[in-house]
Amino acid sequence: MMSNRMSPFLKIMLFAGLAFLYIPLIILVIYSFNDSKLVTVWGGFTTEWYGKLLKNDQILSAAWLSLKIAVTSSLAAVALGTLAGYALARIKRFRGNTLFAGMVSAPMVMPDVITGLSMLLLIMQVQMLLQGALGNDVAWLDRGFFTIFLGHTTLCMAYITVVIRSRLTELDQSLEEAAMDLGARPLKIFFVITLPLIAPAIASGFLLGVTLSLDDVVITSFLSGPGSATLPQVIFSKIRLGLDPQMNVLATIFIGVVGTLVIMMNYIMMRQATKREYEMAAAYKAEQKALEELSA
Amino acid sequence: MKMSSVNIKRRKRLGARIVTGIPFMWLFLLVLIPFFIVFKISFAETAYSIPPFTPLFDEEGKWHIVYQNYQDIFADFWSSLGAMLNPFDGGNRGDNIYLLTYWLSIKTALMTTLICLLLGYPMAYAISRANPSIRNALLLAIMLPFWTSFLLRVYAWMGLLTTNGIINNFLMKWDIISEPLDMFYNSFSLILVMVYAYLPFMILPLYTQLVKLDKRLLEAAADLGAHPIKAFLTITLPMSKSGIIAGSMLVFIPSVGEYVVPELVGGPDNLMIGKVLWQAFSDQNNWPLAAAIAVVMVILLVLPIGVQQYFDNRETAKGGK
Repeated sequence: MMSNRMSPFLKIMLFAGLAFLYIPLIILVIYSFNDSKLVTVWGGFTTEWYGKLLKNDQILSAAWLSLKIAVTSSLAAVALGTLAGYALARIKRFRGNTLFAGMVSAPMVMPDVITGLSMLLLIMQVQMLLQGALGNDVAWLDRGFFTIFLGHTTLCMAYITVVIRSRLTELDQSLEEAAMDLGARPLKIFFVITLPLIAPAIASGFLLGVTLSLDDVVITSFLSGPGSATLPQVIFSKIRLGLDPQMNVLATIFIGVVGTLVIMMNYIMMRQATKREYEMAAAYKAEQKALEELSA
Repeated sequence: MKMSSVNIKRRKRLGARIVTGIPFMWLFLLVLIPFFIVFKISFAETAYSIPPFTPLFDEEGKWHIVYQNYQDIFADFWSSLGAMLNPFDGGNRGDNIYLLTYWLSIKTALMTTLICLLLGYPMAYAISRANPSIRNALLLAIMLPFWTSFLLRVYAWMGLLTTNGIINNFLMKWDIISEPLDMFYNSFSLILVMVYAYLPFMILPLYTQLVKLDKRLLEAAADLGAHPIKAFLTITLPMSKSGIIAGSMLVFIPSVGEYVVPELVGGPDNLMIGKVLWQAFSDQNNWPLAAAIAVVMVILLVLPIGVQQYFDNRETAKGGK
């Protein structure tokens, strides 16, 4: 089997690539324990920076705001993305479906500067229109939590739609059809059959949304006002000025939390997959046995 | 009996309308209309007011359309283009900053895409050839950095690359070099970090394509006496074409509009269009100009997407036959 063997060249490239991806992160983690005035010179072990970060009010309040935005906008994006993914995978031919598909993927494809600018201009125009019509200040549309929420929901929705749509397309539809034949209402079919089947996709979509929201600095910069700085905005303004050991600590915490979460999710999903395989094998065996008994 | 089936149909149609209608309205209001507003404002004039641009209709209801922003972007097009692209006239980059930054953005994105492809292809190929039991673990290893904060991954390289950074420190300590290497705030650090940030986007679509490849084709080629390199060039490479295109698009398009990486590690010579748009918007408070820059950028990006769609459609048409 010559084609199945991994050539030394491929092996070296794979390991070099993985080293390229991981060495900077590992060094970052190591230097978060660095006890030296010069950030890049090793001067012994310390956990001083961890203590400092936990007392840094600016970072903590920004992190709290980011978390709130990430969770709320991801929840909204999951709801919208599930509807949109269902529409694209199951309803398929409806009026304006090409436009629909184009609009869904636009925030994914367009550079963040364009998405951010266009949303800000929209908000300003709506605010102006409402001001003209109502005659008073439309303060709830001022740049802040709500406007960031709108932007992040739209961005996350695009990615979540792709995830849920692809899960729905590869899903076996016979269960839903069987339920329909048995007279179940569409809404019931969705909640009893379809939703549990796409639950893993919804979960990973939600996590993806949280990551995207926690990462975004450009769209947020257009949509945030005074007093609503998110964590990426604080990080960006800090690292622009130079190296900062507290950022190493923040990165280490990020890597630790995300790494554990992703590996745990993967483990659960793999266990579920093996469980499903096991159940299917058991069902198959039972069926075989029943057939044998029938023919006997 | 007949009534109820008509009823069910009607209800189903109503359900479908609600399911498509809600996300459709959201996208219509928050994606499509904003694009039109950007387009509209790109024909306005900047003004000292809130918001800082003139309306397209003046008080008497007459059109007030200004092409100045586009004229600024395309001023002295040919002479600037000539100066910019002339390899023998080093240093002269033309007077038109917008054209120059569009060009630098595209150049940087192309370089990033090419290096990601050269680095990512063997990696994706290796994973697709790996034992199925470790394949998932390898894919997870590729994806894991993507899930951690983008900004902090860029920051990781800042500590490594600066003049008194970790790499220079070690090289000087071990007497490999006597002067610190100039690796930061230039094209080298820009491309390196861009490749670092976007490499997973290249590997994943390549992997999905390569893992589908029928190994029997390669065995047949070997049996017929083809050199592995020839087999690769005539079988593997053409059959992974759609993966190459998809991965390249996933890297190229966000690279063109990248703002964060050039700002943090790119240095003054690597101005990119995202930054110019941001400057026009926030420093000069010239929203119409920012809108016009965005419109030209959209057109620049829609072109390659259109080409990809064209090839995609041709491919599916071929597959259908």
